[in-house]
Amino acid sequence: MSGGDCASEAATITVCPQGPLLLRGDFEIVDAEGQSIEARQGPVALCRCGGSAIKPFCDGTHKLMKFERPK
Amino acid sequence: MHLPVPRGDLSRELANALLCNPSGEHAANLATVATGRLASASDVLDDGDLQLSLFMLYELHYRGFAGVDDRWEWNPGLISLRTQIEEAFEQALREAAGPVPSVEPSSSEVAQALFALAASDAGPSVSKFIQRKANAAQAREFLILKSIYQLKEADPHTWAIPKLEGRAKAAMVEIQADEYGNGHLPRMHSELFRQTMRGVGLRDDFGAYIDRIPAVTLAAVNMISLFGMHRRHRGAITGHLALYEMTSSIPQAAYARGFRRLGYGSPVTDYFDEHVEADAVHEQIAGRDLAGGLAEDEPELVPDILFGAQAAAAVDALAGAQYLDAWEAGRSALLAGAEAGAGAVA
Repeated sequence: MSGGDCASEAATITVCPQGPLLLRGDFEIVDAEGQSIEARQGPVALCRCGGSAIKPFCDGTHKLMKFERPK
Repeated sequence: MHLPVPRGDLSRELANALLCNPSGEHAANLATVATGRLASASDVLDDGDLQLSLFMLYELHYRGFAGVDDRWEWNPGLISLRTQIEEAFEQALREAAGPVPSVEPSSSEVAQALFALAASDAGPSVSKFIQRKANAAQAREFLILKSIYQLKEADPHTWAIPKLEGRAKAAMVEIQADEYGNGHLPRMHSELFRQTMRGVGLRDDFGAYIDRIPAVTLAAVNMISLFGMHRRHRGAITGHLALYEMTSSIPQAAYARGFRRLGYGSPVTDYFDEHVEADAVHEQIAGRDLAGGLAEDEPELVPDILFGAQAAAAVDALAGAQYLDAWEAGRSALLAGAEAGAGAVA
């Protein structure tokens, strides 16, 4: 079950406790203008804490912020 | 790779044996030398002769050595020698790792314990040094030290795939597929590191710098082979990978900043940039699905999972302290000695 190259696989989002949203399957990420944002192959982690330097993707910064969100 | 320059009696006997045709005649002598070396070793993790010998024995199962018959891989005498060293090595790793806490065998509890362990890592920070202080020669040394693992990144953990089942296996495959660039060579992490090595004018073939690599750094790589190749260590290998992933994304960003400070950009920094993003994904999968999934399938393995993680943290801290001691004192962190395979750092 690896990522965005599996065209027939519906997208799923896993909510990681105190962490990012893990996105797998067939998806496209677009910006506010509808322009495609290039994502790496395989599963991607989307920032949920607001602290990432590579938004919309996670860079692990939530661990430094003591980010606590409901599970 | 070339056969390493020996660092003592055992690695010398082993190197001599490997240059002959595989047979049983060397086994008794090697066992005797190993027994003597193990009895006299004060610190197995920092013993160059023992760690290099173990590295050579493991490497027969990876890419082998130029001029060495591949049939040595399953020679009973060498398997026996490896077992002899592994017993002492495992004992040293358990001492370095220390006692493991009691953790409930649930995915969330195991993941939480591993994240807490990764966060508590109070060891010296090589990444901060590279980010803020390292000069170009020290940054190149850092790449050389990393190269003995990163040029075969993911391979030692791959041993574990056929030993796992169900959720843990799927998680390991998901992470490893990503490590191998999903089968796309330019995205393979070891290939990205090769590109980084070339970009700073270093050799990119695996093992080119083996004779400059200190014992503890070899111990860190040997540990992954030990955990990956033994079914009884399947808990430890998942804990090890989880700890590696959980202590990666933030340091990798620091390495990238350090190399940019020194004037490098893409493609030299691609390896680090890729890991910031990839390991923020992998740490989630490794904690909950790999280590956590295994803990739910086989609850009795929880102490082994934590042992693997604590051993990884402990050995990395030892190696990092050695690098920083050397660099802060204006010395090289590499071994000065043998130059058989590769040139000195400029």
